[in-house]
Amino acid sequence: MTLASLNLQPVLPEIVLAAMACLILLVDPFLPKRGPTVSFVLSILTLIALFVITLVQMDDSVRMSFGDMVVNDPMADLMKLVVYVMVAAVFLISRTYLRQRGIDKGEYYMLGLFGVLGMMITISSNHLLLLYLGLELLSLAMYAMTAFKRDDGRASEAAMKYFVLGALASGILLYGMSLLYGVTGSLTLTAISDAVAGGEDSIVLKAAVVLIVVGAVFKMGVAPFHMWLPDVYEGAPTAVTIYLAAAPKIAALALILRLLVDGMGPLFADWQPMLIVLAMVSMAIGNVVAIAQTSFKRMLTYSTVGHVGFVLLGVLAGTAEGYSAALFYTIAYAAMTIGGFGIILLLARQGFEAESLDDLKGLNDRSPTMAFVFLLLMFSMAGIPFTFGFWAKLAVLQAVVGVGLWWLAIFAVVTAVIGAFYYLRAVKMVYFDDPVDRSPIEADMNVRGVLALSGASMLIFGLYPTALTALTAGAFGL
Amino acid sequence: MLTSWPILSLLVWLPIAAGLAVMLFGNQRAHSARWFALTVTVVVFLISLGLIVGFNTQTAAMQFVEHVPWIPSFGINYALGVDGISMPLIVLTSFTTVLVVVAAWTVIKDKAHQYLAAFLIMEGMMNGTFAAMDAIVFYFFFEGMLIPMFIIIGLWGGPRRVYATIKFFLYTFLGSVFMLVALIYMYFQAGSFAIPVLHDLPLTMTEQILIFLAFLIAFAVKIPMWPVHTWLPDAHVEAPTGGSVILAAIMLKIGGYGFLRFSLPMTPDAAAELDWLMIALSLIAIVYIGLIAMVQSDMKKLVAYSSIAHMGFVTLGLFVIYMIVENPANLTASGVTLALEGAMVQMVSHGLISAAMFLSIGVLYDRLHSREISAYGGVVNTMPWFGALVVLFAMANVGLPGTSGFVGEFMVILAAFKANFWIALAAALTLIIGAAYTLWMVKRVIFGEVKNEGVRTLEDLNFREAWVLGVLAFLIVLIGVWPNPLVEVMHASIENLAQQALTTKL
Repeated sequence: MTLASLNLQPVLPEIVLAAMACLILLVDPFLPKRGPTVSFVLSILTLIALFVITLVQMDDSVRMSFGDMVVNDPMADLMKLVVYVMVAAVFLISRTYLRQRGIDKGEYYMLGLFGVLGMMITISSNHLLLLYLGLELLSLAMYAMTAFKRDDGRASEAAMKYFVLGALASGILLYGMSLLYGVTGSLTLTAISDAVAGGEDSIVLKAAVVLIVVGAVFKMGVAPFHMWLPDVYEGAPTAVTIYLAAAPKIAALALILRLLVDGMGPLFADWQPMLIVLAMVSMAIGNVVAIAQTSFKRMLTYSTVGHVGFVLLGVLAGTAEGYSAALFYTIAYAAMTIGGFGIILLLARQGFEAESLDDLKGLNDRSPTMAFVFLLLMFSMAGIPFTFGFWAKLAVLQAVVGVGLWWLAIFAVVTAVIGAFYYLRAVKMVYFDDPVDRSPIEADMNVRGVLALSGASMLIFGLYPTALTALTAGAFGL
Repeated sequence: MLTSWPILSLLVWLPIAAGLAVMLFGNQRAHSARWFALTVTVVVFLISLGLIVGFNTQTAAMQFVEHVPWIPSFGINYALGVDGISMPLIVLTSFTTVLVVVAAWTVIKDKAHQYLAAFLIMEGMMNGTFAAMDAIVFYFFFEGMLIPMFIIIGLWGGPRRVYATIKFFLYTFLGSVFMLVALIYMYFQAGSFAIPVLHDLPLTMTEQILIFLAFLIAFAVKIPMWPVHTWLPDAHVEAPTGGSVILAAIMLKIGGYGFLRFSLPMTPDAAAELDWLMIALSLIAIVYIGLIAMVQSDMKKLVAYSSIAHMGFVTLGLFVIYMIVENPANLTASGVTLALEGAMVQMVSHGLISAAMFLSIGVLYDRLHSREISAYGGVVNTMPWFGALVVLFAMANVGLPGTSGFVGEFMVILAAFKANFWIALAAALTLIIGAAYTLWMVKRVIFGEVKNEGVRTLEDLNFREAWVLGVLAFLIVLIGVWPNPLVEVMHASIENLAQQALTTKL
């Protein structure tokens, strides 16, 4: 195969991104040391360019390329678009925080972009090795970012934990993949799907399913494989936490959908019960344990564990409606989580991390607008109507009730009510308590702007989610 | 033409949009925020009068219908419409909100713009709940109104407001999520969330019982019925006056409305099967909660318990119809419409009376900052006009003929006689208990010797307060002596509902 016969167009966004990330890496050391404004601007421009390219290339067909290794389907396009938006928002909102802590370096943006590349490869792969490659690229970028504040003991500890446990999860996943390859003799997901559909039910195949499910949900932070999550999210600088918590969840969902649905769809009866148990455990642990937290950052982390449980509800329904509900939920979650951790960035200033719940007290007296944004975010996470989060919860509940699992829906809503308590407690601190700290909020326009956007998106999608639901439904051919 | 306007959408979204706008006024421009909010609520009230003007009382069909697809991939349509059951409640909501805004004029000083915003948003959501013709649209507003109420109680409430508001929120949230699952389940049976379609959906007995119980949890918490009523006294006592008024006058009605719109027509067989449970719970609310009201030392708590007892009449009226039909001595099944209409009249009337009672307590509280009965005595000596009005409201609360309180309770008791003598007797007994606790409170607060210096310095109603209470007094007497227009408006819809509720789906 000559280069001329190789159609590079399907991976044009990936190529542009890789080139730009390398360019930023090279340019950054030669820039004056005042701060990586050039890298920052280049990163944002890159993401905008990627958005345009993907938008132009987007259509309703499934396009296979590189010998069926790369797949560009509506799901991949939509996921990538969301990833660009989320990461751009994260870059914007993180800038001030990084600068105040003296870690506003070009590497943050460069690693962030490599992470995006990893996500895109994961999202678009139809091949076990490519999937693993994307996942590792993403993971390595995230390990390095966690340790970004290298003098900080907590951050280094978090990075170490993340690395060791992440490597473990990768190992488990890889072992599962190798078993799958051993049984089916193929690395391409669509071919694997055909093989397992026709092949007999073997114990090795079951072992592969178990290992792959465990490895994949490990990356997603589903309980009981969530142990790394609180320490990593809490230990990492908040600007990194916000990166870790938002966009990579989209890639994690893609990983699960590609492996379980595209690759092992015929084994639905094997993996559905596992996901049911995992989703129940995750919703219960996430929502109950969050109540006991005094750190706002840890509280949001446990709420993440609860949310991924809800995402799994959509996946385990095993229908196109379910997958689109899972994607819709993940997008809502990413938007909410940027706002949630963004509040910490809002309250933080030079030499002060606003990580405790008490730091939220009296925000309504200090900034009514930001307090209202916070209110929308919290009620959205709790799943109350008039916010984005309500439709997300409704979508996944509709998916599980639609396949007859109404008892699972009952379980889910009960955990949602338990979860509502700690969101209410946070709103209570913002609205009903007197401020402990009356100093004016120093955050600049970047932080305020992204937060206002995040709050507005809660309300806008809370009232009119139609366009987005049409997109997520279209992503799965509905 | 009047009907070509999206009147219902205006009633829902105008207050919500205005509420968001009021938030921008900021604390400094509280005065303009008040005028703005008042203008909007008055306009909304006037628009709601358009419903009365354009309403056709001859049909049970939905009127002022609006129907546009909202979220096609979830099967949700933005469908609004009113019939004779929901129309009076929407007018009541729009009217009460005007009163609340006026009542808060000088009382709420801290963050007045947010207070008004919360009430405007509440108004839109409550109107939306009553107007919804799609189950998810109903749920959307039903649940959404928890947000402003949470803020209202928690921010402007009394000393234990945080406890009360979180309890209120979690109770109602827990109640309603089961309803959501039930609605989604029915969607997959019927292929639509449209309420009229769900009315006609055939369901097996087991399904009906489970769905009925899910609805029961949601609406019983909202109404509230014994034993899930405990959030209400807490919320009422801690809420600011306006919050109590909206809670008692409108939000409790949403529970009753839910039974009328969902439980009775959608799960008639389960309702017939479990009518003993509902009637028993209603009687407990009427008698036992009445006795609890008697021993309260806090005026607001007393009125809160009396609200629970009065709402017991509503649920009694709704579910006694099955006993009327089963009663072998009553072959024509007369009294069914009477019971349902009685329940509806009781809802509207209680909306007015409880609003009046809470506003009266608010008048006293603003002056002496105490809700304790023992802190007052001989108020009539310094506030004669106020005393006269409170006595009227108290009489209405007792159910004295000539006031609106009499009409609804009398209709329900009359209907209960057609079902079972003992039920009617137990319900009628409450009139005595109600008289006891209400009049005893009036005696201790309004009459007697002037108790202390505080009472001696009280000033009578100012123009604003007199206007608010005067309008309520007028309406209470009007419905009391001439309930016919109200009954006429709902008659066709109630007949239709009775027919739906008594037709088996099996």
